[in-house]
Amino acid sequence: MSIFLTKDSKVIVQGMTGSEGTKHTTRMLASGTNIVGGVNPRKAGESVDFDGKAVPVFGGVADAMKETGANVSVVFVPPKFTKDAVLEAIEAEIPLVVVITEGVPVHDTAAFFAAAQASGKTRVIGPNCPGIITPGESNAGIIPADIAGQGRIGLVSKSGTLTYQMMYELRDFGFSTAIGIGGDPIIGTTHIDALQAFQDDPDTDAIVMIGEIGGDAEERAAAFIKDNVTKPVVGYVAGFTAPEGKTMGHAGAIVSGSSGTAAAKQEALEAVGVKVGKTPTETANLMREIMQGLNK
Amino acid sequence: MDLMEYQAKTVFAKHGVRTTVGEVVTTPEQARAAAEKIGGTVVVKAQVKTGGRGKAGGVKLASSPDEAEEKAREILGLDIKGHIVKTLNIVPAAAIGEEYYFSFLIDRANRNYLCIASAAGGMEIEEVAHTNPDAVAKISIDPATGVDEAKAREIAEQAGYPADVLDAAAVEIAKLYRVFIEEDASLVEVNPLVKLKDGNVEALDGKVTLDENADFRHPDHAEFEDSSAEDPLEAAAKAKGLNYVKLDGSVGIIGNGAGLVMSTLDVVAYAGEEFGGVKPANFLDIGGGASAEVMANGLEIIISDPQVKSVFVNVFGGITACDAVANGIVQAFELLAGRGEAVNKPLVVRLDGNNADEGRRILDEAGLAGLERVDTMDGAAKRAAELAAK
Repeated sequence: MSIFLTKDSKVIVQGMTGSEGTKHTTRMLASGTNIVGGVNPRKAGESVDFDGKAVPVFGGVADAMKETGANVSVVFVPPKFTKDAVLEAIEAEIPLVVVITEGVPVHDTAAFFAAAQASGKTRVIGPNCPGIITPGESNAGIIPADIAGQGRIGLVSKSGTLTYQMMYELRDFGFSTAIGIGGDPIIGTTHIDALQAFQDDPDTDAIVMIGEIGGDAEERAAAFIKDNVTKPVVGYVAGFTAPEGKTMGHAGAIVSGSSGTAAAKQEALEAVGVKVGKTPTETANLMREIMQGLNK
Repeated sequence: MDLMEYQAKTVFAKHGVRTTVGEVVTTPEQARAAAEKIGGTVVVKAQVKTGGRGKAGGVKLASSPDEAEEKAREILGLDIKGHIVKTLNIVPAAAIGEEYYFSFLIDRANRNYLCIASAAGGMEIEEVAHTNPDAVAKISIDPATGVDEAKAREIAEQAGYPADVLDAAAVEIAKLYRVFIEEDASLVEVNPLVKLKDGNVEALDGKVTLDENADFRHPDHAEFEDSSAEDPLEAAAKAKGLNYVKLDGSVGIIGNGAGLVMSTLDVVAYAGEEFGGVKPANFLDIGGGASAEVMANGLEIIISDPQVKSVFVNVFGGITACDAVANGIVQAFELLAGRGEAVNKPLVVRLDGNNADEGRRILDEAGLAGLERVDTMDGAAKRAAELAAK
């Protein structure tokens, strides 16, 4: 088991024929992902060769789903076209759409998230995220598959490189699923969504949650953990030294006045019994202790 | 990107919102001329991208051109919460009946839009929300349906605006929603929205934050960029396409990925406690690629910062392989030497992840002067802090 993505996931790539799409489709295939097609209206009917495997290109998401039974789409199209690409996937009622693209205008994300809510058929992950990996089974996005293998830790993170760092630190234990939810102001899947799914997943024993400055998602996640999560959770929050009013790389990573600070997030998490590490390594060590305790 | 008040009002006017843009000046003499042109009593308003201007003495009435010049002289150069006043907005003093608060913003928690409105305007809305929460209406807006005039009238009613201004307010609110959507704003705030003595409703002030991710469909937004207000190092980094934020510590930071770089700053500050409070000097995310040129550009900016005493390069090889990053560092040293900018500050490099062994070997073989390799993030942060404290 795992969350959101399994060995049975059939994945299509919107923007497969672009440079990022091609590069990462190659990597996803190499890590064992069942890629069943790409989408590009101008190249419909063609196929693309990835080291000997021919992947068909479809004119639209609905066509691709009809022909292949695809149930996951990974979106690599440029920001200008992302809204239309995601809306198309939602209209086709694909169960999961993973939006890797960075730099999507927030009103575009608001529009496609509202459409996904209205349809109730599609989960959106991202935008501006590294995607999701269930090691050994499937990889939808750009998380390197060789950092860590299968295990019983669930990981949810706003940051891509901190996802990689944490997977590397805990590679001796491995992961049920690792999901990068992205650092934009509006995201399709939140810490809370992932926490709920990990809590319900029989193959996840403990959860690492990585947050960062901006908004109050971590505070809300803390309240959710208090009432709904019985599995051990370890947390890390980045951005204690970030100055007020400056965007730190991610569009959503900004302390506004006194809100969105790392200190407030740490406090909220610790108040509900989540152990919060001061550095990624210390956080990994907290999780290591928990896992060693569980395996006794 | 935050806009100054006169820029926000210019954007409002473009969408037909009732407002008075007035005159924009940068010297006391120009303020006098503007007051003469407008006639009667004027308001001299500091243009800074922060709140609390009134309390800080940045907004003053002037009943004559002489007085406008005098007030301008007082306000120009004021430091308002770290923002130096360089520009003034001169507007005719309005005959105000009542003041209200109004805003549209992105609701991160509910992942849609939020309208905050109150009949108690003119003050800081956080203060009103704190002392009299019932006076502040928070209305969720569905991006799919938006705000037309009917919805706008509902909003005005919920906010508790008086019956005699509901129609006029609804017209302005619907237009403000157009500003929010069509200009790709993440915040549109009017405080105060006023009822004038003649019964009209006008945006007397404006605060707008534009979403830079949407710049591709707003070439006209480029005119709002204010490079004079930027830190010179931030401006130089921006010109090179680097994601850089200047801080006030002494350890220069280069890393890949926004989250890892934020974390690096924290880990350095944490390690620095041991060395008398050493802190990071900057945020610099060189992204996934970490090519030699990007590394050289980043190093160049950081070593040109006189506050920097040591540099910490923290890279986790995810998609990028560490051998490529190591080669990038070696080439960056050569490139910088070629530009006459030899790296003259101690450099601590931590490479981990994809192909880390090969990357480390390349660095060891290159034997670059002043470069130390430490293989853990916490250990490298400590060493960089120690070097900066020397």
